[in-house]
Amino acid sequence: MATPTVSRIRRQLPTSPWLFAAPGLLIIGAFILYPFLSTLVNAFTDRRTLIPGEFVGLANFRELLGDDMFWIGLRNSTLYVVGVVPALVILPLLLAMLVQKNIPGITFFRSAFYTPVVASIVVVGLIWVWLLDERGLVNSLLETIGVGRIGFLSDQWLLLLSAMAVTVWKGLGYYMIIYLAALANVPRELHEAAAVDGAGAIRRFVTVTVPAVRSTMVLVGALSSVAAFKVFSEVYLMAGPSGGPAGEDTTLVMLVQRTGTGLTGRVGYASAISVVVFVVTVALMLLVLRADRRDET
Amino acid sequence: MSVMEKVRPKAPAPAREPRVTDEHGRRIRVWELALRYLLLLGVLALTVGPFLWQLSTSLKGPTEDIFSSPPKFLPGEPTLHNYERVSETIPVWDYAFNSLKVATANVVTNCVGAALAGYALARLRYRGRRAATLAFILAMLVPVEGIIIAQFTTMRELGLNNTLVGVVLPGSISALNVLLMRNAFLNLPYEIEEAAYVDGANVWQRFLRIALPSVKGTVAVVAIFAFMGAWDDFLWPLIVLSDPSKFTLTIGLNYLHGTFANDERLVAAGTIIAVAPLIALFACLQRYFFRGVGEGAVKG
Repeated sequence: MATPTVSRIRRQLPTSPWLFAAPGLLIIGAFILYPFLSTLVNAFTDRRTLIPGEFVGLANFRELLGDDMFWIGLRNSTLYVVGVVPALVILPLLLAMLVQKNIPGITFFRSAFYTPVVASIVVVGLIWVWLLDERGLVNSLLETIGVGRIGFLSDQWLLLLSAMAVTVWKGLGYYMIIYLAALANVPRELHEAAAVDGAGAIRRFVTVTVPAVRSTMVLVGALSSVAAFKVFSEVYLMAGPSGGPAGEDTTLVMLVQRTGTGLTGRVGYASAISVVVFVVTVALMLLVLRADRRDET
Repeated sequence: MSVMEKVRPKAPAPAREPRVTDEHGRRIRVWELALRYLLLLGVLALTVGPFLWQLSTSLKGPTEDIFSSPPKFLPGEPTLHNYERVSETIPVWDYAFNSLKVATANVVTNCVGAALAGYALARLRYRGRRAATLAFILAMLVPVEGIIIAQFTTMRELGLNNTLVGVVLPGSISALNVLLMRNAFLNLPYEIEEAAYVDGANVWQRFLRIALPSVKGTVAVVAIFAFMGAWDDFLWPLIVLSDPSKFTLTIGLNYLHGTFANDERLVAAGTIIAVAPLIALFACLQRYFFRGVGEGAVKG
């Protein structure tokens, strides 16, 4: 509402608003929005790192269709979403319920569970590379209990699964905090009423807790699915820059990085892969939001 | 986030029967409590255990078996030998200093830039404000992983590839932080600033003396996440830095791992050097870390 005071303020300051906003606009313009637009443009050129390149129409996208590596990357990034998202929607909720009650020492546990979030993904990746090593702690324990050693990091599928486990491990604490805020808003009366009606703990979880935090579950689903599709670091560190045995563990973003960098980097082709990443990311968001709306009706 | 801070002290009770109550003052049954602690300890082992194993490995000397089965959890004769070896193998302290420079710069640019832009979006009236807000919202939605190649070519055109400035610039004023600051300013009552205006305060005075001190909490959140983001970042520095003397810690660790993968003690010492400062920071400033998750998630 423009009160007289406000309109006088406005008249008095012709340039300073832009001075305030200028640094931010400059940075996001030059390093986010401009690169975004140039990615869209480059996807239709054969630009390389040192060669400006020319417009080639849909050639890059046609090449993608016949590129095995692209399909491997798309498969792995998609599998990553399928594997990681359900775990990241459910496990942190259970964890939040575990740390919700204010019993002695609980703040210590909450903080401790958050530690993996604070650590760099490189640190986390290397810690797990050592833990899951052929001669590492996990295998020592497995051998001690008589299971025998497992080549977590040498098999294509076990590698991808291990990387997913690491992503979930690192994300648990973050989503736990989000759920904790949501759980604080669930009225206790609902639980009590359900208990009086004879509902057990599991039934109360399904009929009271889940509906009450549903919008948070959708938020976590959206955040984690977009992040999972863009996975890079975990797989890069655990499977190596070339993406595991025969490159079978390459993800889409790893492919972008591998194709587009270096002096001979194929900027145009990498941009075409990036466009696919954009499209799938947006599609995932819409999918999660639509699933949310359908649930409501 | 009041749940985070509200811990009820154990009610004074006869020693025979410890009485523990939940947040509503109801008593928790003993077996349920025991089960809860058991689960908590189990999760604790899973989340913190790996860090401790890494620490233990880094302290084990060259003669100690690190592959034994059953595993030995504590080093027999703890030694800092591996930390010395890391600094002889790679310039780890230079890398740590580079990371510190990048993280500090990121904190300063984000706090100043986001506060200024956030104030402009929330408080100042001018033509094009909606367009500016929209630009920041769009920028927040762009998936960074998809534009790294274009960011890299932009850096090359500016001649800033392979420099620490190039590492900092793309995230130096993040759109999310600008929008966080905008919301913080929007939540302030407008009347105080109007009163200051009537008293003759100009826009800078109102910003610095009145608005900014009222959103200190959000500035702290922005600062912490800017520090953590820059210290932990991997993909962008990996792409923009090629000269090993300019590496940050994360890239240096990746290099160490790539070159000396079979020397677990060495890699373990390197990872501990990289993670220790952040764990210390987190231990001191937990409140803001948790608050940042709440604020960032709602907008993100």
